[in-house]
Amino acid sequence: MSHARRTAGAAIDDASAQGRRALVIYLPVGYPDVDTSIEAARTAVAAGADIIELGLPYSDPGMDGPLVAAAAQQALDGGVRIADVMRAVEEVAATGAAVLVMTYYNPVLRYGVERFAREIAEAGGAGLITPDLIPDEAGEWIAAADAHGLDKVFLVAPSSTSERLELTAHASRGFVYAASTMGVTGVRAAIGAHAEALVSRTRAAGAERVCVGIGVSDAQQAAEVAGYADGVIVGSAAVRALGSAAGAEGLDALRTLVEDLADGVRQGTVAS
Amino acid sequence: MTETSGPGGTAPLRAATGPYFGDYGGRFVPEALIAALDDLSVAWDKARVDPTFALELSTLARDYTGRPSPITEVPRFARSAGGVRIVLKREDLNHTGSHKINNVLGQALLTKRIGKTRVIAETGAGQHGVATATAAALFGLECTVYMGEEDTRRQALNVARMRLLGAEVVPVTSGSRTLKDAINEAFRDWVTNVETTNYVFGTVAGPHPFPALVRDLQKVIGEEARAQMLERFDALPDAVVACVGGGSNAMGIFHAFLDDADVALIGCEAAGDGMDTERHAATISKGVPGVLHGAKSYLLQDEDGQTIESHSISAGLDYPGVGPEHAWLADLGRASYRGISDAEAMEAFALLSRTEGIIPAIESAHALAGALTLGRELVDGGADPAQTTILVSLSGRGDKDVETAIDWFGLTGNGGPGLRGADEEADG
Ligand SMILES: Cc1ncc(COP(=O)(O)O)c(C=O)c1O
Repeated sequence: MSHARRTAGAAIDDASAQGRRALVIYLPVGYPDVDTSIEAARTAVAAGADIIELGLPYSDPGMDGPLVAAAAQQALDGGVRIADVMRAVEEVAATGAAVLVMTYYNPVLRYGVERFAREIAEAGGAGLITPDLIPDEAGEWIAAADAHGLDKVFLVAPSSTSERLELTAHASRGFVYAASTMGVTGVRAAIGAHAEALVSRTRAAGAERVCVGIGVSDAQQAAEVAGYADGVIVGSAAVRALGSAAGAEGLDALRTLVEDLADGVRQGTVAS
Repeated sequence: MTETSGPGGTAPLRAATGPYFGDYGGRFVPEALIAALDDLSVAWDKARVDPTFALELSTLARDYTGRPSPITEVPRFARSAGGVRIVLKREDLNHTGSHKINNVLGQALLTKRIGKTRVIAETGAGQHGVATATAAALFGLECTVYMGEEDTRRQALNVARMRLLGAEVVPVTSGSRTLKDAINEAFRDWVTNVETTNYVFGTVAGPHPFPALVRDLQKVIGEEARAQMLERFDALPDAVVACVGGGSNAMGIFHAFLDDADVALIGCEAAGDGMDTERHAATISKGVPGVLHGAKSYLLQDEDGQTIESHSISAGLDYPGVGPEHAWLADLGRASYRGISDAEAMEAFALLSRTEGIIPAIESAHALAGALTLGRELVDGGADPAQTTILVSLSGRGDKDVETAIDWFGLTGNGGPGLRGADEEADG
């Protein structure tokens, strides 16, 4: 079945029309198992997430810290396949949230870039976030995404030069993902001071929407980031909450976290 | 893809500098690393044409590494290769015991030039880790080496050497706990500490500029060997044989011969339990193109693009990827690649030890085994053994592998007879 696809841009714009910032929640498919991960994503949507990033577990997740890497490994050990990710996209998109798939490039390349794009679109997915694919190398993905009207979310980092910010801003559709700090995913006590400057530099380079991720883990940090970014991305903390207990208790912990974060992204705009 | 000569192109193969080698190579890394890779590329482009840098490097090569390394003819070993002439390029005689030091001294000099104070490295067999720790000690740099937990066990001697040299060794417990996971962990460190830290990559894989940079620092092997062959035998070899993990000693010795069309170039990949089994590390022979550790190249992967764990008795060859320049040379047909099983490698390991008094690294023993087979093939095909020469890259020495040899050959106990080959009469 095919849905009216919700794009990341629409989700962010609707949030700002409501006077708040968008909340983006990352969850790897297959952690702790495929059905629970889908249930977790639905729970996050019900608790206030505007965009769901479904992680495609990969054997060599070079951008991920121990929390997400261990979750991905558990998912792979459980036998998760790309077909499961496509099913998760379809089921989560049915909630009405925008659904992006966060994936390293090799699984897409091996599956077939055009085939991957087509199946994401057919499942009602918004597009892809590609942490190890820079626009310079992304010709094939960009062509496939354009052909299927998919979001292309590329990353920028505090070390990005102005030229690279421009290149990335222009290659992206949906939003630009600003990495708050130099480093891998994980839960951090404080969001890097670089993040705010990076967001304004990325806007100045032509980005329509900029969301900040990596390290954001509680409502206070979410509020802080919501003071300057269009969206707040939370990954490791969501994975940690879901993994804190088995079954319904893990889902409850996730719900509580996302509700808190959703409050945070509201406060941020008020405060700023 | 305009930077290299393609099939039918007119540019010499030796002129390829990346970022692409045909369809392979590139930079499939997080944006956060691009600035550091750009800095490194710029620094290298300057250094490689800077006479001061060249002098610093060649002085270190002579006074510290002990270059040029000699070539050694091994006639007693070569009897098992149909009687062809076999000549070894002796990288095992370098300080620290392998070719890895050539790369590391250059990258350590470069680290100084870009003003960084800390180096990190991945290591499989431990040779690249030992070399990096050595260079860090020599240059007063802080050093952290990532090593798969499985490999810290296989190569305990090298772990101790690194720590003696002042380096921190971090056992990596993620994934398959071998070289590929050590590389992931090193990239994670680099992206976090890139302001102070340079990643001294150990082979001709990884994102640009590493394949070209490491190749440039290793090509001295082939340049010396080519001149030494001409001087001693007045002829180029018929074939050059090297083992291929990531591919640095092989690119190093192949490079000078790339445009000598009559010289066959043969890379020996680890076939582990055998090419017809699932347990091997024969990336080019058995893999398909994909992206791993920042570059497009051949790769052992499943239908979903998940990396398949490799298997080899040799920690230094136990890697599911391979450098992009090898992938390109394989597609062009300029170099060919074959699998050597654990058993074949260990047989060659023992044979060189007892016929020539040289204990090779198990990695290098794969090249030796390849030379044995190739020699017999050439003679069976009608070549005159007296007129046939094979040059082998003896990339390292076997001290680190004695534990493995004790297990493989059952050398336990308090003494006993020397090893003899099954079909070998006591000779000489
Ligand atoms: C002696 C020796 N030879 C070969 C290798 C394989 O590396 P490469 O293929 O980059 O030469 C290693 C790696 O550890 C090694 O120690």
